[in-house]
Amino acid sequence: MDNLVLDSRLRGNERMLSIANFPANTRDARGEGQQRLTSRSEPLPASEAAGREFSPWTDPAAVPLIRFQNVTRRFGDVTAIDGLSLDIYEREFFALLGPSGCGKTTLMRMLAGFETPSEGRVLLGGQDLAGVPPYRRPVNIMFQSYALFPHMTVADNIAFGLKQESLPRAEIVERVSAMLKLVHLEGMERRKPDQLSGGQRQRVALARALAKRPKVLLLDEPLAALDRKLREQTQFELMDIQATLGTTFMIVTHDQEEAMTVADRIAVMDHGRIVQMGAPTEIYEQPSSRYVAEFVGNVNLIEATVSGRDGGAVLLESTIGSPLRAIVTENIVPQTKVALALRPEKIRITVRKPDTTENVARGEVVGIAYLGDLSIYQVRLESGQVVKAARPNVTRVAEQPIARGDKVFLSWTPEAGVVLTR
Amino acid sequence: MADGHKRPHPIVAAMPYLWLAAFFLVPFVIVFRLSLSDDVLAQPPYAPLFEWSAGWSGVREFFAGLDFENYAFVLTDSLYIEAYWQSIWIAAVSTAILMLIGFPVAYGMARAPQGWRPILLMLIILPFWTSFLIRVYAWMGILTREGLLNQALLAIGLIDEPLDILATNAAVILGIVYSYLPFMVLPLYAALERQDDTLLEAAADLGAPPWKSFWLVTFPLALPGLVAGSLLCFIPAVGEFVIPDLLGGSDTLMIGRTLWTEFFTNRSWSVASTIAVLLLLILVVPIALYQNIQSRSLERN
Repeated sequence: MDNLVLDSRLRGNERMLSIANFPANTRDARGEGQQRLTSRSEPLPASEAAGREFSPWTDPAAVPLIRFQNVTRRFGDVTAIDGLSLDIYEREFFALLGPSGCGKTTLMRMLAGFETPSEGRVLLGGQDLAGVPPYRRPVNIMFQSYALFPHMTVADNIAFGLKQESLPRAEIVERVSAMLKLVHLEGMERRKPDQLSGGQRQRVALARALAKRPKVLLLDEPLAALDRKLREQTQFELMDIQATLGTTFMIVTHDQEEAMTVADRIAVMDHGRIVQMGAPTEIYEQPSSRYVAEFVGNVNLIEATVSGRDGGAVLLESTIGSPLRAIVTENIVPQTKVALALRPEKIRITVRKPDTTENVARGEVVGIAYLGDLSIYQVRLESGQVVKAARPNVTRVAEQPIARGDKVFLSWTPEAGVVLTR
Repeated sequence: MADGHKRPHPIVAAMPYLWLAAFFLVPFVIVFRLSLSDDVLAQPPYAPLFEWSAGWSGVREFFAGLDFENYAFVLTDSLYIEAYWQSIWIAAVSTAILMLIGFPVAYGMARAPQGWRPILLMLIILPFWTSFLIRVYAWMGILTREGLLNQALLAIGLIDEPLDILATNAAVILGIVYSYLPFMVLPLYAALERQDDTLLEAAADLGAPPWKSFWLVTFPLALPGLVAGSLLCFIPAVGEFVIPDLLGGSDTLMIGRTLWTEFFTNRSWSVASTIAVLLLLILVVPIALYQNIQSRSLERN
């Protein structure tokens, strides 16, 4: 706490927590934002625009903006966060993904200052946040319920945080109108929250949280209340806004699709711990455990025993019958009990017997879900296990339609499955 | 909201109007007619009376006998003006004190742990289980020269001479504050209790320290409750009769007492009615205000 000083001598708008080597005051934040804006306004490669080549966590020299160090939070006998460590970098769009009660919201609230760690430290810009009240943290939340002030207009809601900084009136007006423009709510400034639709309220909440130009924007299930179409559209807008402003975003969600769409990096949580952390492709294609594989997307888990090794692959024995071969990266000793995780879209479904003898299973179609773009086939194998296989509907009328009750073959390549030991 | 609801049956819709017609409009018309009459030494003690037997000329005679003399009398006599002023002043001071006491009480109740709230609510309502009259009489016992208050203050040596509290305006205000507190606390509690705690978190998150969140979020959102509570106290306090009669002194000149004196002591039904009609007019403004706020908060929910 020694290096945290509330310097009341600073001029109004800079009267925030002034932390050594931490440009928390809004003028600085704004300068950086504009700089970033220009440096990012040049045409970006597609992958960079999608935020996929942005990976400061792989750079050992990069200094994290947010650090959770061995953080534990207990509520009575319940441990909500269990010795968790996590680094988040500047400009990152970070997602905490997990079912309700996994501790993701508690973790976010600790950063905002509404919860205090029972053990461990939370650092922002290198400074310990212990003892700093929520109203002095350069962090803003977009609440799940939006928490808009019902007695204030849209403009007053957005201006609320700016007024707390005692910014000059003209600047508040200017920033509020810039925010309204950013979230496409021009002309709505005089409305009250109860005169807005759900989507509009969500935008006001976003604008209000961003108006102070926080170091970190925390989004608590931000799109949960919106319908599917609006949610998808808003996800892309969130990504756009994040890329434009260069603010670090931390989103808490139980919706894996949402996390995968918006985030640079995802931490999958379970019982107060991070069970896997990585880019969305990594989480989806290389899950580290049965829990992650099942929580993120659809998966078929085939229980098997390792029977031998063949170069970079392992041979598996299972109830499926045909020998199984799967590429592995780690060394797994024979006789280990494992699960072969197979995503439905990586399984080929055919009526004719495939040429290979490995990675083939026979079965009967017991159910078909036609989703338009995809059809999901539920196939009962001879072992009794029901496996899902997806097939894109590339033509409007299938030449060889597969019907319920048909005998089919499922096959997949050795690279398709992931061998899970946990 | 209205779209989803079926129109109520006409009889159901008419119920409140029938009620108001029977128990407000008809009595008001009678009182108003009395206020336009003159006092006579007879049974009943007012004139003119409606002569059914005289036919059309009787009706004309009746209306010719009505006039606004009493209004001119009441409004030019300083005694009545003084009584109105004192009633409004005592009611206003009482309401202000009620706000100052009621807000912290309601706020404390709304902030109490969930399980405690019904108990606290019960405690606020509990005094109503004993008769209002007995509770006011009890205050007489407390406030007299030999009463509990003076004895206690003398015992701890805070005063040397017993205080004359009973039979003053202060005692009347005390009585009103004591009796009306639940009417202030309950609407305030309702407004504070349904406030979303996340709003305070949002205010803190946006940089407002606790006292500022209270002033910018909690207080404005409780304002409809505060106004409702104030009017619920102010309106009946203006016309209060029992409390000034029992706790007030000879110089306590409240309109309820004046009305009683006119009616029972002076047997002037017409002047008493005039006072009542004027009191209603004075209270129409705050009543209309209250109705307006009520309907607005209903709309919002």
